[in-house]
Amino acid sequence: MLVIEDLQVELAGKLILKHIDMEIKPGETHILFGPNGSGKTSLLMTIMGYPQYKVVSGKIYFKGVDITNMPINERAKMGIGMSFQRPPTIRGLKIRQLVKICSGNGENMDVEALARAVNFVDFLDRDVNDGLSGGEIKRSELLQLMAQNPDLMMFDEPESGVDLENMELVGKIIAHLLEQEIHPKSTKPIRLQKRERRKMGLIITHTGHIMNYITASKGQVLYDGVLSCVENPREILKCIANIGYEECVRCILENNLRNGH
Amino acid sequence: MHIREQFKERALKAVDKKAAIGEDIDLSQYDKEAPPPKPLTDEELCALPQIERELLAMAGIDVTEKERGGTFFQKNVGVVHCDVKQEGIEVIPLKVALEKYDWIWDYYWKLVPVDADKYTAAAELELHDGYVIRALPGSKTIYPIQACMFMEKDNLQQNVHNIIIAEEDSELHIITGCATAHTTKRGAHIGISEFFVKKNAKLSFTMIHNWAENMHVRPRSAAQVEEGGLFLNNYICMKPVKSLQMYPTTHLVGPDAVARFYTILVGSPGSIYDVGGRIVLNYPGNRAEIVSRAISNGGTIIARGHLIGKSPDIKAHLECRGLILNGGIIHAIPELEGHVDGVEMSHEAAVGKIAQEEIFYLMARGLNEDEATATIVRGFLNVDIPGLPPQLKAEIDKAIEESDKDVM
Repeated sequence: MLVIEDLQVELAGKLILKHIDMEIKPGETHILFGPNGSGKTSLLMTIMGYPQYKVVSGKIYFKGVDITNMPINERAKMGIGMSFQRPPTIRGLKIRQLVKICSGNGENMDVEALARAVNFVDFLDRDVNDGLSGGEIKRSELLQLMAQNPDLMMFDEPESGVDLENMELVGKIIAHLLEQEIHPKSTKPIRLQKRERRKMGLIITHTGHIMNYITASKGQVLYDGVLSCVENPREILKCIANIGYEECVRCILENNLRNGH
Repeated sequence: MHIREQFKERALKAVDKKAAIGEDIDLSQYDKEAPPPKPLTDEELCALPQIERELLAMAGIDVTEKERGGTFFQKNVGVVHCDVKQEGIEVIPLKVALEKYDWIWDYYWKLVPVDADKYTAAAELELHDGYVIRALPGSKTIYPIQACMFMEKDNLQQNVHNIIIAEEDSELHIITGCATAHTTKRGAHIGISEFFVKKNAKLSFTMIHNWAENMHVRPRSAAQVEEGGLFLNNYICMKPVKSLQMYPTTHLVGPDAVARFYTILVGSPGSIYDVGGRIVLNYPGNRAEIVSRAISNGGTIIARGHLIGKSPDIKAHLECRGLILNGGIIHAIPELEGHVDGVEMSHEAAVGKIAQEEIFYLMARGLNEDEATATIVRGFLNVDIPGLPPQLKAEIDKAIEESDKDVM
């Protein structure tokens, strides 16, 4: 479980996340909405542990451990993983090697087989992120997460730059990573399959396309550094599409107030 | 007057001539002589002390000669082992060649002027030995030939002269290592190398240097590549040295000749490396590439590169990347010189540090900060060298792995 309590975060001296509370239970996937610059990526980076995102107050707990001041790699080792939107190029390091690193340098890891699943075999001997298109970067990030197999997966705009054909692939892989595939032929009832899900997801999306492939338990809107509401993600998306973020946030706030939140 | 006498005469006039660049070394402080070493058989070579074998291995020399087509091994002033296991390849000590073969005079001091500076002069006047490696027309080496210049005697000035000839349509791969014994603290190494790549021949020359902290090293090399020929020159030095200065020139002297230089340098504290490459493109279809990676770990690295385009329809690129890790200086001096219309020449140079962003990214994949840094450095030094046989690629990788320990 991921628990965030009253988190305040500064970036370059500016308060960018204000009083964030969040809870993702095992098996849950949350969708994070919010206009550009609202702090969505900052929240993910803070959870991942990037030190430039300075926690000025509040706590982050993962699996019951206070990770607020834990270095990035220790969080990764605990099972937090992230698909970055703009990962850096690392010259001379091959994607193949990086995938091995992600798996904890597992000797018997079949990199090729994993890469086939994301249609990425041809890229394995390219330098990490060097000259990759937006869609290729997404697939590279997913491949790394597949090798890493973390318990909490954060996806920063998994749809951006992905063409229609690959969108289905990306969606299905994310569903697979989050253990959301339903196996109708399994001896286990579907309800049990769902209950046995442990993987947690936190997904930033603007378009909501990813929701065609995965089931999200909750949607949240981050607006100006404040988590403004928790709602059914489809409702939120509809609201944003119809009346825009500002109105949407106001409406929901009022709604919440009326309901005694 | 015999041609050798003429060389000597010219050399005598240059004994005090300072080099165009690099620290001037007072050569009088070094011993020029040492007892001739005892020749070693194949078995004796394998029975060298562990510590010495390891040193040689780090310079790419495998005493078992497995996956090697031949071996030349010089210790101090003389040859200890010289054999060839492959047909079509000749490996001859230079002094033997000078005595026995007339053809050697078509090559000896042909590309490097004997009176270029005091170092070339010393190599003529106090020549110890060196090798001639020659691939006969049409022959192809399966395994690389290995050559080693080993310095065991302290305070020695080792003077060697090497001639490498790839005859028409031949393919020759050479790995050469220079190393000093653990007992050797100071000394100087002067190495003349002249490369001849004939029509449609392919020569790869990979040099790995392991010097000592108080060694001055002055290689003086030049190459010429004829029509359709390829010269691939790799230089790796990741160990400390007092000073190393070289700026070899390659002349492309026929259409479609190609030269590619790859240099990997790690500059240790107190060391000065002034290393460059110059390629002259004289004919249409000539291609040249100079790629260097330099890491300063507290040392000073001057990375030079000079491309000279003298014909239309040539292409040349120079790439120099430097990483300052633990202090030190990296000075990149890329030069492009186009003499006619229709040349296509470019360069890119960058000197910087490891981006934090890259370290964090790898940490997010589970590596700790040191592992992430090491991985990025290894990647930085990992240059793709097309056309290099796998054994030599493995030797370069090994040298890079080895350097990790020093850099971190």
